Amino acid sequence: MDDLFTPSPDAPWTPVQLARAARRVMESGIGPIWVRGELTGLKAYASGHWYFTVCDRLAQIRCVMWRKWTQRLKTPPADGTQVYLLGTPTVWEERGEFRLNVTQLLVTDRVGAQQLALERIREALARDGLFDPSRKRLLPETPSRVAVVTSLEGAALRDIIHVARRRWPSVQLFVFGARVQGSEAEGDILRALAMVNRAPRIDCCVLTRGGGAKEDLAVFNSEAVCRALAAVEVPTVSAVGHETDLSLTDLVADVRAATPSAAMELVLPDQVEFARQIAGCGIRLATALGRTTRLGRERLERSADRLQASLDQRLERRRQQLERLAAQLDALSPLKVLERGYSVARDREGRVLKQLSSFSPGLDFTLRVADGDVPARVRESA
Amino acid sequence: MTDPAPSLAEELKRLEEIVRRLEREDGDLDQALALFEEGVARLRLARERLGAAELRVKKVLEDAEGTLRATDLETDQ
Repeated sequence: MDDLFTPSPDAPWTPVQLARAARRVMESGIGPIWVRGELTGLKAYASGHWYFTVCDRLAQIRCVMWRKWTQRLKTPPADGTQVYLLGTPTVWEERGEFRLNVTQLLVTDRVGAQQLALERIREALARDGLFDPSRKRLLPETPSRVAVVTSLEGAALRDIIHVARRRWPSVQLFVFGARVQGSEAEGDILRALAMVNRAPRIDCCVLTRGGGAKEDLAVFNSEAVCRALAAVEVPTVSAVGHETDLSLTDLVADVRAATPSAAMELVLPDQVEFARQIAGCGIRLATALGRTTRLGRERLERSADRLQASLDQRLERRRQQLERLAAQLDALSPLKVLERGYSVARDREGRVLKQLSSFSPGLDFTLRVADGDVPARVRESA
Repeated sequence: MTDPAPSLAEELKRLEEIVRRLEREDGDLDQALALFEEGVARLRLARERLGAAELRVKKVLEDAEGTLRATDLETDQ
């Protein structure tokens, strides 16, 4: 960066260089600040941008507020209104003019100190990323154990129990009692939220109370409560007041519900729907088994056919083998030889007599010829 | 603060897994029958549990030693 403080005629700055340098110095040197003063000369353009001046007895500062920020405000305040402004001092380069780039405008006599404090907390929480959509967690599909931080006496708890009983009675509710309005409320809720983190196997946490006057809901805008809610280790639901109430805990929680009953509708599944799912499973089970048995039967039938075919084949082979053997046997049969004029001598035991020495004198034997046996005897002497 | 039985959601998940496996299964009858029987048993159990479920509401307090104690909270039916 060029040195601002050693002027040299050899290297003069262009106006834009100077304007940019001034802007850098201004923006980084002061940063976002709250300014309180009187608003005058406001011009609201069709583009949505507002231009005005904030002043006190001794000085005035030109301000610009872009449409992005004016959108949240309904009508421009009248001249002379006392306002709080959150903005970053900057330099408008084209004109070389000092401007306050305003992002928030609070009319002090209308909103009061409480609102101002609220806006400060909102600012601090936003700066720390507690409203970031990216840190939002999903609620568990079917929680078994739900922590509820609320008053033990309030209507909110009754509503919650009622909805839980109707919708998903197998859930266990763990109620961490805390006063939800008055001076003790903040301490109670902080203690309860810390206890939720210590309780085992909690699936999600609901911070809730029923509707009430704005002051009654104040504790749900407490910075400490918001930070404690953000530190709860399981997904959180904030349900404070009626439909129209919006508190900072609603912005910090993972999910916002309009009422305590609505919170339970979001947290718990519906047992009617669940029963329908179970019934669907039953039908699918039966269908799948039917298909498997059909496939099995078809496969079995195919196997039986194959078995039959293979048996038939094997039998045929055996038959052919048998015939072949029979032919062979037939060719080898001694009867075939006898047909040619030979005969066989056998003794009574059926032994074949092959040698002269076997024929002892007087021996009875039979002579087998081609068509039968002939009884015979060896004569006394040969 | 204990909860021994698997949650109904886990039961449903297991049931769906069985159905998917049975749907994938092609031909092993023994296995299919075993899966079917398990499925039917779980289905019946889940139905019974769903029907018998009774909301339990407990109040959690911290005792003097800093231990969390859960006691039944009286609720109107």
